[in-house]
Amino acid sequence: MTTGKVKGIISNLLLVEVDGPATQNEVCLVNAGKWLKAEVIRVQQNIVSAQLFESSESIQIGTEVRFTGKMLEVELGPGILSKKYDGLQSDLEKMSGTFIELGDSTSPLDDDSRFSFEPLAKEREKVMAGHWLGNVKEQNIDHKIMLPLSWKGSFTVKWIASEGEYGIRDVIARVEDQNGVEQEVTMVQKWPVKVPLRGFREKLRPGKIFQTGLRVIDTLNPMMEGGTGYIPGPFGTGKTVLQQAIAKNSEADILIIVACGERANEVVEIFSEFPNLTDPVTGHKLDTKTTIICNTSNMPVAAREASVYVGMTLAEYYRCMGLKVLLLADSTSRWAQALREMSNRMEELPGQDAFPVELPATIANFYSRSGIVNLYNDESGSVTFIGTISPAGGNFKEPVTESTSKVARCFYALSQKRADSKRYPAIDPLASYSKYLDYLEFQQYSDENIQKGWVQEIKKAKDILRIGLEARDQINILGDDAVPIDYHINFWKSELIDFGIIQQNSFDDIDMRTEMDRQKYMLNFILGLCNTDYEFEEFEQVRDLFKNMINLVAQMNFSEYKSDSFMKYEGQISDLINNKSGSYANQGIS
Amino acid sequence: MQTKAFRKTYTRIERITKATCVVKAGNIKYGELAWINDRPAQAISVVNDLVTLQVFGGTEGVSTQSKVIFTGKPPTLEVSDLLAGRFFNALGQPIDNGSPVSGEERIIKGSTVNPVNRAKPNVLLATGIAGIDLNNTLVTGQKIPFFADPDQPYNQVMADVALRAEADKIILGGMGLSNDDFLFFKNTFESAGVLDKIVCFINTSEDPSLERLLIPDMACTAAEYFANDKKEKVLLLLTDMTLYADALATVANKMDQIPSKDSMPGSLYSDLASIYEKAVQFQHGGSITMIAVTTLNEGDITHAIPDNTGYITEGQLYLKRDSDIGKVIVDPFRSLSRLKQNVIGKKTREDHPQVMNALIRLYADAMDAKTKKENGFDLNEYDVRCLNFSKDYAIKLLAVDINISIDEMLETGWELLQKHFERYEVGIKEEFLNKYWKITEEQTA
Ligand SMILES: Nc1ncnc2c1ncn2[C@@H]1O[C@H](COP(=O)(O)OP(=O)(O)OP(=O)(O)O)[C@@H](O)[C@H]1O
Ligand SMILES: [Mg+2]
Repeated sequence: MTTGKVKGIISNLLLVEVDGPATQNEVCLVNAGKWLKAEVIRVQQNIVSAQLFESSESIQIGTEVRFTGKMLEVELGPGILSKKYDGLQSDLEKMSGTFIELGDSTSPLDDDSRFSFEPLAKEREKVMAGHWLGNVKEQNIDHKIMLPLSWKGSFTVKWIASEGEYGIRDVIARVEDQNGVEQEVTMVQKWPVKVPLRGFREKLRPGKIFQTGLRVIDTLNPMMEGGTGYIPGPFGTGKTVLQQAIAKNSEADILIIVACGERANEVVEIFSEFPNLTDPVTGHKLDTKTTIICNTSNMPVAAREASVYVGMTLAEYYRCMGLKVLLLADSTSRWAQALREMSNRMEELPGQDAFPVELPATIANFYSRSGIVNLYNDESGSVTFIGTISPAGGNFKEPVTESTSKVARCFYALSQKRADSKRYPAIDPLASYSKYLDYLEFQQYSDENIQKGWVQEIKKAKDILRIGLEARDQINILGDDAVPIDYHINFWKSELIDFGIIQQNSFDDIDMRTEMDRQKYMLNFILGLCNTDYEFEEFEQVRDLFKNMINLVAQMNFSEYKSDSFMKYEGQISDLINNKSGSYANQGIS
Repeated sequence: MQTKAFRKTYTRIERITKATCVVKAGNIKYGELAWINDRPAQAISVVNDLVTLQVFGGTEGVSTQSKVIFTGKPPTLEVSDLLAGRFFNALGQPIDNGSPVSGEERIIKGSTVNPVNRAKPNVLLATGIAGIDLNNTLVTGQKIPFFADPDQPYNQVMADVALRAEADKIILGGMGLSNDDFLFFKNTFESAGVLDKIVCFINTSEDPSLERLLIPDMACTAAEYFANDKKEKVLLLLTDMTLYADALATVANKMDQIPSKDSMPGSLYSDLASIYEKAVQFQHGGSITMIAVTTLNEGDITHAIPDNTGYITEGQLYLKRDSDIGKVIVDPFRSLSRLKQNVIGKKTREDHPQVMNALIRLYADAMDAKTKKENGFDLNEYDVRCLNFSKDYAIKLLAVDINISIDEMLETGWELLQKHFERYEVGIKEEFLNKYWKITEEQTA
């Protein structure tokens, strides 16, 4: 193996003089008393630039370096769920001491854990990488033990373990390759994180809704299974709260959360909440389907980039088991900043805002790893990816937001103005979009599974919002009295949709999650109110009526679906319209 | 920090800028502390035998023949209980005529707390200021800056908060503090009789400006000692972080680094985060709560310094002069405490979240009405009510000179709502309206 000596230290960039071959992205180990991991990021003749995944204090000129011949890898196998990893997949709970000390590194899986194995493959069966050889129960998930995903060619099963309990490193199958060489399979395999993990037959076009329980997403800007989305917003506008709301309420089988360069207290919140929260879909505790990868803002910057790739690889691995995986990363801007710091240290020619020129390609490649796929056995699995972006100065005209907009299909723009007036989630209703609304696949799916013409209804709601905001602008320019009453009606209709559908209290036990059924009911109900013809004598009456309606719709949202109080408030709205029909409404709810 | 210890000495300085110099030296560790002409410096890049030092004391008078003494280790602080009640400079040397403190020597850029060993911060930290306790409730283990224009009384408000919050230790890190402000803090602590529980690390505007780069780490090291080793509740005050960031920019600039936004180094986010993330609630009860000051340039919070700060801290308290009432208020829009939901309605009265939101929403309506008025439009009856409400709200709850309990704040909130609005206009859950909205005779009639 190649060895080398440190020739330069510029923050966490090491220049290493080597005595043999070195590969881009190869991991090398630096002797600082303990062996510290670094990754090769440039090779120029016999000088290698490596980014150290730790602090460089205590390294000096001449420090010994060993090359491993391997890229940065993750370990895959049963036991990943409910783990708390650092950016390089070290199990944080296995570390001793209050502080993470230099070079602390622990094994990702529990080496002496045992799982009860049930064989799926038969002897003499022909198998390829990704084929399911057996099944173990990991938490509440059927964790498939696969022929290692990195193996090439086809194999014949010579022997498979019978049903029973095995350690994760026990041999559970023996297979023979085309040359007659026998190989052993355990429950554990490895994969280099920067290489997309395939293991599927084909990628499909998304078209099936991925429910998040949030009305502004599911109803107005739906996410798809295997889809991609991004949430940019100035600081404090609710990116993290929104992502965590999605995490808590979505219908994912597996949840991978990457805390990338953000606050430690935010992961602590997940640690302390998830074991007590119930997954609304399965009824199990939320932490049993969740893995957290945290490289918080005070952890080594170089591991920030690694952390998102570790997360994606774990997600892809579970996708190969036919599961619906949701991957969340908060915030992808920190990852981009880590790339920028390194690129600047290497004195590369900078692109826009000093980010590396290849940033758009890096982002595009990453988002492209998500998707819904067909496996070899016609089962389907998906990785849905939603990342947050923290644009400098809250201005979306910056490289990370712009690069992401070209690849991600759903755009959930958080607006400072809405956050300031506490209209949460502060998603800007006009700027945001889901490109999936234009997908024929989704139109067909929603016609069959939600309601015929569903997409048209969504577009109607969006039109009302748009017209309402235009009306508001006119009112602001011309004054309350100077515009026709219709302007006021249009404006207040958009407010009704805003308060009744878009705004949702993520901290209220009932309002935090709205089932699709209920969302459909509410959209139809509110559109009904908007389609009602109203007649008013003066604009003050418009505000009065609509404020009353908005209040009642909000009370409906706080009540159990179709409960007595829910029905009571609904009844009060009809009364409001009918009773006052003499004075200002000439028609009931249509 | 001692200059005396026997260490390698070099005299070949090859390059000198205002903030850095490059010396030819062997066997130097990255991050090592050195002394040049009795001024502290730190190795920030080592390539072959060329070591770049950032010279904290400035390079005025450094010559190519100056002697550079390397200490073999990064900057350290000796920690012990004797730190309490003392004043130090950026190097941890006493500036109060007392003797140096001896204790366990610790590297000032300490390790990261393993997140699994943190506890969720959920102990309320009351200040009596309604703009904080009602709208932006603080908890121990939180990190939050004041965003303020230079002419606002941020240091006074910060001192008020420090004295009212129940803390075992108050640690002050002053960066570029004017001598007047330094004496203000000193006198305030003295007259409050809390000198024995404070520790100060002070770099005044008269001291070399780059030395302030050491202040936050010094203060954090002392804070960590009391919070972790002694399991105490520590309040850490840092003022002014904008001057700290300016010093970072100076060094980066002299290193020929490519600046990112507003001439700040690309690593500004990580640099600031490494300080602010020292705020922590330990499982054993000890905690570091961090309150900082970030001064703004003409209220511009999109500038890289407040912007990156906002992305790191758990909210911000935005001070603003309200010309309608002629007082400084805590702006309810741009201010935010992200940890408030850990306590409001749980450790405080159940109606706290809803009352808070209702008041702020109506205040937003008032601001819309104000704009309308400024644009020369007639106000409708609702607008007028909103404007009246906003004045009451600012005087009774937003002004920084208020000192009442949270229950009193909630009562005041309900009074204002009832005085200016109807039940259906406030958007509060019926359950709470039934309980707290007092039925007046007029309504029952
Ligand atoms: N849906 C919501 N309901 C109620 N409050 C909310 C909601 N979303 C955000 N908030 C409030 O805003 C605060 C900030 O939200 P959050 O931490 O998600 O912001 P962020 O966009 O992630 O900011 P940063 O970029 O700095 O991480 C929260 O602590 C909470 O007080
Ligand atoms: Mg966030």
